[in-house]
Amino acid sequence: MMPFEYLRAGNEADALQAAADRPDARFIAGGTNLLDLMKLGIERPPQLIDIGGLDLRTMAETPDGGLRIGALVTNAELAAHPLVRARYPLLSQAILAGASGQLRNKATTGGNLLQRTRCYYFYDPASPCNKREPGTGCAAIGGFNRIMAILGTSAHCIASHPSDMAVAMRALDARVETRQRDGQMEVRALDALYRLPGETPHIDHTLAPGELITAVVLPAPLNGRQRYRKVRDRASYAFALVSVAATLAVEDGMIVQAAMAFGGVAPMPWRDRTAEALLIGQTPSQALFERCADAVTAEAQGQGGNDFKITLLRRTLAACLTDLTGNVP
Amino acid sequence: MTEAIVKMDTPFADSLLDRVPAPLVGTELPRIDGPRKVTGTARYAAEHFPDGLVHGVLLRAPFGCGRITKVDPAEALAMPGVLAVIRDERMVRNGGGFAGAAAPVQGVEEVAYFGQPIGLVVADSLERARAAALCVRLTFETAPGVFDMVASRETALPPTDDIFGLFLIHTEQGDVAHAASEASALVDAVWQTPSQSHAAMEPHASVAIWQDGQLTLHGSYQSPVVTRDQLATVMGLEPTQVRILSPFVGGGFGGKLGVMPEAVAAAIAAQQLGRPVKVVMTRQQVFEMTGRRPMTYQRLRLGADAAGQLTLVQHDTITDQLTGEVFFEPAGLATHLLYAGANRQVDHKVVRTNKLLGVSMRAPGEAVGQLALECAMDELAEALNLDPIEFRLRNEPERHPETGVPFSSRALVACLKQGAARFGWPTRSRDPGAFRDGEWLVGYGMSSAARGNLFGPSRARVRIEGDGRVTVETEMTDIGTGTYTILAQIVADLLGVELAQVDVRLGDTDDPASAGSGGSWGATTSGSAVYAACSELRVRLAAAAGAPVDAITLAGGVLTAPGIRRPITDLVGNGLAVEGVAQPGESNTRLNQTSYGAHFCEVRVHAVTGEMRVARWSSVFAAGRILNLKTATSQAIGGIVLGIGGALTEELIHDPRSGKVVNRDLGEYHVAVHADIPAIDVHFLEERDSVANPLLAKGVGELGVCGAGAAVANAVYNATGVRVREFPITLDKLLHGLPPLTSATSRT
Ligand SMILES: Cc1cc2nc3c(=O)[nH]c(=O)nc-3n(C[C@H](O)[C@H](O)[C@H](O)COP(=O)(O)OP(=O)(O)OC[C@H]3O[C@@H](n4cnc5c(N)ncnc54)[C@H](O)[C@@H]3O)c2cc1C
Ligand code: SF4
Repeated sequence: MMPFEYLRAGNEADALQAAADRPDARFIAGGTNLLDLMKLGIERPPQLIDIGGLDLRTMAETPDGGLRIGALVTNAELAAHPLVRARYPLLSQAILAGASGQLRNKATTGGNLLQRTRCYYFYDPASPCNKREPGTGCAAIGGFNRIMAILGTSAHCIASHPSDMAVAMRALDARVETRQRDGQMEVRALDALYRLPGETPHIDHTLAPGELITAVVLPAPLNGRQRYRKVRDRASYAFALVSVAATLAVEDGMIVQAAMAFGGVAPMPWRDRTAEALLIGQTPSQALFERCADAVTAEAQGQGGNDFKITLLRRTLAACLTDLTGNVP
Repeated sequence: MTEAIVKMDTPFADSLLDRVPAPLVGTELPRIDGPRKVTGTARYAAEHFPDGLVHGVLLRAPFGCGRITKVDPAEALAMPGVLAVIRDERMVRNGGGFAGAAAPVQGVEEVAYFGQPIGLVVADSLERARAAALCVRLTFETAPGVFDMVASRETALPPTDDIFGLFLIHTEQGDVAHAASEASALVDAVWQTPSQSHAAMEPHASVAIWQDGQLTLHGSYQSPVVTRDQLATVMGLEPTQVRILSPFVGGGFGGKLGVMPEAVAAAIAAQQLGRPVKVVMTRQQVFEMTGRRPMTYQRLRLGADAAGQLTLVQHDTITDQLTGEVFFEPAGLATHLLYAGANRQVDHKVVRTNKLLGVSMRAPGEAVGQLALECAMDELAEALNLDPIEFRLRNEPERHPETGVPFSSRALVACLKQGAARFGWPTRSRDPGAFRDGEWLVGYGMSSAARGNLFGPSRARVRIEGDGRVTVETEMTDIGTGTYTILAQIVADLLGVELAQVDVRLGDTDDPASAGSGGSWGATTSGSAVYAACSELRVRLAAAAGAPVDAITLAGGVLTAPGIRRPITDLVGNGLAVEGVAQPGESNTRLNQTSYGAHFCEVRVHAVTGEMRVARWSSVFAAGRILNLKTATSQAIGGIVLGIGGALTEELIHDPRSGKVVNRDLGEYHVAVHADIPAIDVHFLEERDSVANPLLAKGVGELGVCGAGAAVANAVYNATGVRVREFPITLDKLLHGLPPLTSATSRT
């Protein structure tokens, strides 16, 4: 870990001012990701602005029946919140499927969204990595790539986004509220927070320097049932190989609403509106689910070691849809 | 001081432990060191803070093969608090072996594997040292290395050393080729096991202190005497100039047997700087610069006649290791003796690769060897249309099938039968995929277990103080296994004192040397030394009381004999001390000594995703006298957990282009976690092995892992019909054989 200056912000304005004064500073919330990366010398911020004392730890219902989640609400609090468990069980399931009890007690909503990839080579400064050091190459291509992405990758980076929470939020149409350095509030859909690697995999997201996430807002939930299904290498404490977040409403034997997001397979929580549209107005059937899986994986590309994710994604998706619609022919 | 020697030249018909009126030995006594551990008063190596302490961080080679041509420490040295960047030819490149005083390979220029230690940065705080380590600039020349063992297997050669005759390199009887051509059923396939990491909770850590030409090192070592001797050789010192203290060790599993790079670096730095130096490895360093279980490529060829009798047992292993290192993974160890069969071959070869040092890891050879052998047995049983237990029963040898030597005790058959009954084996269907519960495919699997019992020289001093307290001192360690407790139990029973009156001091090389913790022999060797000392103390007490020793009973601090009743404190004067010595003898070599067991498990495989969950487990073991049922059971469970991990999750992954360890933390090196492990039923059979040692006990520590993974793999097959022969059986390897989606997702 390189030496750094540590500041503790008392309120939002202080935090934004501190960030405006220090263009290379980083916010630190739970620290469960940033500190690990700093210890390994992967992140070397000259200053840390601790936002732990900010008043961003509340959850409140919005007038339209949604939920505003403060950026500092911990993963443990969020998963256990009665409103979340009642209306967004998908989100609860996703969070509880991630990390460990201790980590979830520290991890925050904002920090979870911005956690960096778990690509093995990103984690070792001795390996070439375009995300860590632009222009050095990508050691995962041609290397051990079992956990890498199959969708949305580029020739420069094939890393996947590791979050479970963000996948659930993407299926729930979450929006992210931020404040710019000048105090200006911004709202963007969750997918607009992330970017695909393209030729600049070192830039994970669209936040401007010093832009602070203040809250995540969930709209009122869709009707119907929700499910988060995470497939991993051991029963707990492992990142998703593949995960599926789905919410589905069936009326009179017909699918009337569907939203799905996928984890472990892409550089960001992945969503495929074409595949969702395929389901609407249809009677649930295995054939339909397979068509849906075809659509989701149409562009999927393996790297050898992760080819199995294509099959696994198809199977997990179909199983999840079966689960949500009951027994289907 | 008086020495009392027990040498195992003849069987020990009668153990004093069987004459204790209300013995503690054998009970489920909780660990006596438990309270110190849970209150944090048990100090581990890194928890020492001598005055003037400074901190070292090891530098690593960022490439897989070649040499360092230049090191520029300028930037690091200019950083605040940085004291030195040390590169010293005495530093070790590889860790030390598990026995002997020979120095491990030294040097800081030649690089044989990715992550190799190549220097040490020292600063006044850990953080500053770690930051400076990031700023040391290296220039290096890479050379082509060998990173893929399987691709290079044609270059495999026989190992150069048979490790004191313990690892048989090549044995053969009869004519295997002919037997193969004649067999009515044959299995001939290759099983592969990956590199594994010991992944002990406590990282390797050393605090080195020099004073008046004497080096004291607080370290985390399983066998401090071995570490001391190697460290002395490396440093050019006499062993008497070095003292190692390892009273508490947070797990070892074989990864802390010989001296490791951090101890040598700390000793050199402390010498150079004239102040105490602490070096604690990061988790990443533990994974990439200590040691690993080598990977194996095992060909098993088993053949049987129509009656289900094995006619052919062939086990050829290729494994990998750094050039010049003698250790190899002796995967055929149990194959020598587990089953009958006239035509046999066990062979080992080694490919020299540029990957982290291969070292012993819990049940070296036997863990991965039985993984393959017991899967092959399952396949052959199926080919013969025999129940796998029945098949094993038909091939139970009367004597050692290669040497004809009798077994000292062998209860494999009883383990198989009782295990089958405890588990409910008869309800199993022999057809794979026959049993389904919703989306889960359910399978049962079983395997045998065998672990050779070893015995080696060990010493312990036992002193009865004038006030009746008893102290045990030996260099032996407790690596989480329960040594403190069992030694106190043996003393309490043999000298008739309360447990609370016994103090056990371990892990100090200034105390009598032991055999160390390793090879499942720690309890029996150190326990036998304590036994030797206590039996001599009984003779002395009897003499002091004027009674024949055979007539005395010691209990509650009082010696009784016909017409005599004397408190022990009356008999010891200012104190009585004896150094007990346990020595192996002829009886250890005349008969084959092995601990046995059988594992049974239920594994559920998700029909859609291939996720596997071990749902139920029973194991039965026979390992001579069980000294403490609780610690022995914990050892068995720990071994089984390691076996489950080896079957399903654990793999130290090397980059195919550089040998680099890819998954260097506990987030990505997947040991089985609690949620992966069901309640584990462990049962020990009542057994005494009079040939093994005066305790009549055999080794337990490594027995649990032997065969455990095979039971899992066989259950996975029984559930799915898929045989995966490349471990670990991760779900991607099952996908191709799972039911098609339509039937997989249906819940009826
Ligand atoms: C061993 C291990 C296993 C894990 N397993 C899982 C898993 O299975 N599933 C899963 O989803 N996650 C997993 N995690 C990741 C964990 O969820 C994240 O580390 C955690 O959510 C990050 O939150 P934090 O508050 O600690 O973030 P920090 O480490 O404090 O910050 C992370 C990043 O976010 C930035 N940041 C934080 N808050 C804000 C804000 N309000 N505005 C702007 N920027 C901000 C920081 O500058 C930093 O770049 C695991 C982590 C570990 C260590
Ligand atoms: S996949 Fe991305 S993060 Fe991983 S090594 Fe390549 S560039 Fe780096």
